[in-house]
Amino acid sequence: MSKRDFILVGAIIFIAAAIYIVNRVVIQKPADTVEVTVDGKQYTTLPLSEDTEITIEGVNGGTNHLSIKAGYAQVVEASCPDKLCVHQKSIHYNGEKIICLPNKVLVEVISGNKSSVDAVAN
Amino acid sequence: MARKTSRYGVLIALAFILSYIEVLIPINLGVPGVKLGLANLVVFIALYIEGWKGALAISLTRIVLVGFTFSNMFSMIYSVAGGMLSFILMALCKKYKLFSKVGISIVGGVSHNIGQIIVVAFVVNNADMFYYLPVLLVAGAVTGALIGLLGAIVLERLTKVL
Repeated sequence: MSKRDFILVGAIIFIAAAIYIVNRVVIQKPADTVEVTVDGKQYTTLPLSEDTEITIEGVNGGTNHLSIKAGYAQVVEASCPDKLCVHQKSIHYNGEKIICLPNKVLVEVISGNKSSVDAVAN
Repeated sequence: MARKTSRYGVLIALAFILSYIEVLIPINLGVPGVKLGLANLVVFIALYIEGWKGALAISLTRIVLVGFTFSNMFSMIYSVAGGMLSFILMALCKKYKLFSKVGISIVGGVSHNIGQIIVVAFVVNNADMFYYLPVLLVAGAVTGALIGLLGAIVLERLTKVL
């Protein structure tokens, strides 16, 4: 490996750390609302404080089973072949999300004030 | 010509099989899109022994074949974005001799992930996808370095034979 390779690796780690810190400081606060989007359109909104279970109908007849328990939201079952959404960890902090690409389902937890920018302004 | 055709055939077959093997090795970091990038090993090697045109042909053929065999149209768009961005950047870095082999492979791994996350951000209409970027950057650098080290060893032996 040449010297420039090390500079490259250093730069990548630096950028990753910078983005991570920004995310952590700006976005990560416990959320209170679960927002479900299908194909970019709003599907439903649920409070994170109430334990519930719903089945989300994604595109092309695909389904994702969403469970909200003790302030954490998680996709517990899905019709998609890869099950990436099921393997993702449960979400709790503002801005965290679970995505199911085949069904175009996006589950996001937010704190009342929608975007992180607003949260900072407050 | 016959030699060239057979070499391309072998490389495409290899890339195809490596893509399949990759599906069998699940890496779960809680972030979608993290994978070893084994198929990139072939594109990387092709870049050195066949030049950029050959590598481009092999990369695209692999994506189309794998897309039709193991996944769907959507996954294919996703692969094309990652595959092409990584190919272009690797080819440029090689042309201008910016990095060593390992460095070029790192560029490939990282840009592959960036290309994919850009498509994801478009599809789910959500720019916040970049939330996953730090993990994808580091994962791309690690897998890229591994593929680059492996690729350098393979190339050293291959060039003696070819």
